[in-house]
Amino acid sequence: MAISWFPVEAGHIFQFARAIGDPNPVYRDQDAAAAGPTGGIIAPPTFVEAGQHFDPDFLYRPEPGRAWFGSAAEPSGAPPPVEAGQTALHAETHLRFHRNLRPGDVLHTRETPGDSWTKTGRRGGLLTFHEVLREYLDADDEVVVEMRVVSVTTAHVVDAQ
Amino acid sequence: MRPRPDALTPGSEYAAVVVENLSRAQIVQYAGVSGDCSPQHVDEEYARRVGGYPTVFAHGMLTMAAAGHLVTDLVGDGKVVTFGMRFLRQVWPGDSLTAQAHVEEPDSDGLAEFVRLALTVINQHGQPVASGYATALVNGLVGESPRP
Repeated sequence: MAISWFPVEAGHIFQFARAIGDPNPVYRDQDAAAAGPTGGIIAPPTFVEAGQHFDPDFLYRPEPGRAWFGSAAEPSGAPPPVEAGQTALHAETHLRFHRNLRPGDVLHTRETPGDSWTKTGRRGGLLTFHEVLREYLDADDEVVVEMRVVSVTTAHVVDAQ
Repeated sequence: MRPRPDALTPGSEYAAVVVENLSRAQIVQYAGVSGDCSPQHVDEEYARRVGGYPTVFAHGMLTMAAAGHLVTDLVGDGKVVTFGMRFLRQVWPGDSLTAQAHVEEPDSDGLAEFVRLALTVINQHGQPVASGYATALVNGLVGESPRP
């Protein structure tokens, strides 16, 4: 995946902060944020996750012209992006910040595949891990956030407990 | 509770309830704003009948964001340098999450300019759902010279 255009916008930051349950005015109140140490609105640390909206290849949203694997008339409308009988789960995320994200930033990404490895899990059978290294860069091509994501594919559904 | 970062002495512990009785609506809210509409998170019919799960479950990144709420409340805004989490257990509708932060000793080089937190998020049964770390600047904002 690669993102070529991820505009950081105040309204998006406000909605993101609301969804994560954080009422901090630095994410939603221009005047309060301007009067505080940040001098203006900044994005919460995990906000780069919302860059998924701007990834044309992201599979986990309905798109016109593409069969959606979630429910509609039937419980599923298409095969899921992972093989039948498997489940893909998010195992780890690591972030490193070079500066704060602010409304007006326009980001793009550079991505390199990381390692893959397998492990036998206690609850999920054979676990296959995939690592992705992604840099978010600004309009000057400076890295602002580095992200390392590990996902795991399990051979069957993970037990509820 | 908003201690100054230089008051976060090694060995001290902080905790806050960051999610209370998680609603399916909040999971949907997070799906909408993050862009991740995976049916296992937002689609009860799919989660039960296709996924084989008892119900939908929250995005790991919602748990991480909730832990980030405690981190920024402790260290202040715009100071986080690193932040990482490993997801240990799924978070279900109705769960309440408490984020816990333990202030660690500075690095061996003794740099006092960073505060290091060890993080754990537990559910209402006391089970850890995620663990991780954050480091933050004591003075100034990340990537910027300190403001007067």
